[in-house]
Amino acid sequence: MSTSGFLLRRPASTRTSALPHVDRLGALLTLVGAAGLFLLPFVAFKANRIVPGDPRGLAQVLPAWGALACWVTLAAVAAIALLAANALLRLAGALAGLVGVATALAAAANALTPPHDLIVRIAPGGGFWVLLAALGLLATDAITRMRPGPGVRVLLLAIFLGVAGLALARGTFDNVSVMREYAVNASAFAVAARQHVLLSLGSLGAAVIVALPLGIFCHRVPRMRPGVLSALNIIQTIPSIALFGILMAPLGALAAHVPLAEAVGIRGIGAAPAVVALFLYSLLPIVANTVAGLKRVSPATVEAALGMGMTRRQTLTGVELPLALPVILTGIRIVLVQNIGLVTVAALIGGGGFGTFVFGGIGQAATDLVLLGAIPTVVLAFSAAVLLDALVERLDRVPQ
Amino acid sequence: MIVIESLTKRYDSTTAVDAVSMAIERNSITVIVGTSGSGKSTLLRMINRLIEPTSGRVLIDDRDTASEPGHRLRRRIGYVIQGHGLFPHRTVAENIATVPRLLGWEEDRIRASTTRLLEALQLDPAAYSGKYPYQLSGGQQQRVGVARALAAEPAVLLMDEPFGALDPIIREKAQDDLLDIQRKFGTTVVLVTHDIDEAFRLGDRVAVMSEGRLIQYDRPEVLVTRPADALVARMTGSAERAMRLLSLMTAGEAALPLSTTDGIADAPVVSASATLREALSELLWRGSERAIVVDDKRAPCGQLTVAAILARGRPG
Repeated sequence: MSTSGFLLRRPASTRTSALPHVDRLGALLTLVGAAGLFLLPFVAFKANRIVPGDPRGLAQVLPAWGALACWVTLAAVAAIALLAANALLRLAGALAGLVGVATALAAAANALTPPHDLIVRIAPGGGFWVLLAALGLLATDAITRMRPGPGVRVLLLAIFLGVAGLALARGTFDNVSVMREYAVNASAFAVAARQHVLLSLGSLGAAVIVALPLGIFCHRVPRMRPGVLSALNIIQTIPSIALFGILMAPLGALAAHVPLAEAVGIRGIGAAPAVVALFLYSLLPIVANTVAGLKRVSPATVEAALGMGMTRRQTLTGVELPLALPVILTGIRIVLVQNIGLVTVAALIGGGGFGTFVFGGIGQAATDLVLLGAIPTVVLAFSAAVLLDALVERLDRVPQ
Repeated sequence: MIVIESLTKRYDSTTAVDAVSMAIERNSITVIVGTSGSGKSTLLRMINRLIEPTSGRVLIDDRDTASEPGHRLRRRIGYVIQGHGLFPHRTVAENIATVPRLLGWEEDRIRASTTRLLEALQLDPAAYSGKYPYQLSGGQQQRVGVARALAAEPAVLLMDEPFGALDPIIREKAQDDLLDIQRKFGTTVVLVTHDIDEAFRLGDRVAVMSEGRLIQYDRPEVLVTRPADALVARMTGSAERAMRLLSLMTAGEAALPLSTTDGIADAPVVSASATLREALSELLWRGSERAIVVDDKRAPCGQLTVAAILARGRPG
């Protein structure tokens, strides 16, 4: 009986494996991507930078063979997304799709721009963005399935940034609207990039210098913990624009009455209130994570350290902080990513950074200018997150 | 020698340790036993000043421990705690090197000392030096904890429930290892436990504490034969005190000269290092009147009879 039962079960299992297993996420992404490709314009043709665009599909802007090549590539990617289980194959497919879509955009922009015309704008359309999002999700899902180590993830990021940077440097996308805006604003872009990085890192650095000792203090004196953490929590609930506004008055007054303050660049508007506000926002995650990280260190470990003749300072620097470091770095990662985003808002009070383009673009109703500020902000935040995540994972190898 | 003079620790309204005085012999194992809250751990921690006493003093080799900064004192005293407290982010070798590094030893000397200790604790240096604590079993972690405490060759080793986290079989092995190590290094060991069996097994002298006071401090057999009060009597187990006495003496110590070699081949054999309790159990089990005692080379060195063993189970 048991033999026949075994035999009966075999064909059943072959039957299920004969039916192809359809990947759910792949199905969803294929559906979304196809909708974007066929229902939304791939690019928008604008006579100048302000007017609303004239939608164009892929077939309208590319020569027949080019459109066909693009469709075939995307169809192949869809097949992989639907059927393939191998994560590496899925990643390769997603990357091929991304390259295909990006090439199509560049080709469309080149084809639609009359020679030597600097007025016409070829903007990426809804279809392009939907495809980009679907393929991007497919790629990140494939990377997640591969469970790469921290080193591999940083390498992938470097390759992505390298390829994108190379394409931009070679002028591949020069006729795309966002790059047109860049060409006009190249020097301002360099200044904004520097300001953006300085504001994010500067406020982070100041916050680490204050929050780390504060967190250690809260850990050592548990009585102080609730008070300090709720005070920092309240700061966190103030909306960023409101906080920038609140800081304008006292900093302005400070500058007016203390010549030294004005001499070092403290003013009611500009970088000073931006740094102060970002600094205040940064405190809570770092203090809270420092406390949580130190709490994670086993009391037996600390007692052993003291029992063997380490001083309190040696115990802190040699045992407690190294063991708490992964948790503290997680707090720093939260702050850095948060700051890179918030610096954008700082442009409102003259803090500079990529936000200048965002708010300038909103003011002029020039979407391409908004994108010139938004895209690098996203890339910066994403890169910071990948780098710090990798660092945390690298340090957290040793289980507690 | 460690001399403790009316050592007291008070917290607000409670007195954790109440005027305890005792003298601890050099090169011996002294076990402080008591229930939780008896003040035994507090007493131990006042010896290396992890807890500062409210009053009284501790002298190690005639030197007041209060005469130098606490962390310097602690570098000269080994310390082992329950659950080992190894540094999870440091390798076995780095853990063991902790105190030598604090003392500024040269790397060659540190390496030699680490290797010697790992060997003494039956951990292959080549295989274990580079491992992290989480890669070791509980028994191995405990041994590394002991190696770390002994790394700077301290004259005194304090142990707070060192075997409390181990399962019974590994615990017994760890206790044997401690006896070996103590003999090999001649360290003065002060060990705190709540386990009276452990106290009897390890202690040359046993101190019983209750409610912060030292109730009795003497050789284990005296605790059994002349308990100072009802608590000590209850702790040492009045129902099995004869067996306890038997477990305090080895077959080698109690062995009688071999009267005759007749029947040697059939008689049960006990090792000279076995306790009389084990020897009696073996005789009962085998239904024999006489056992042959053999030394560690399995050569007969004496004999034991049931009557001789029973005589040892009586006080006096």
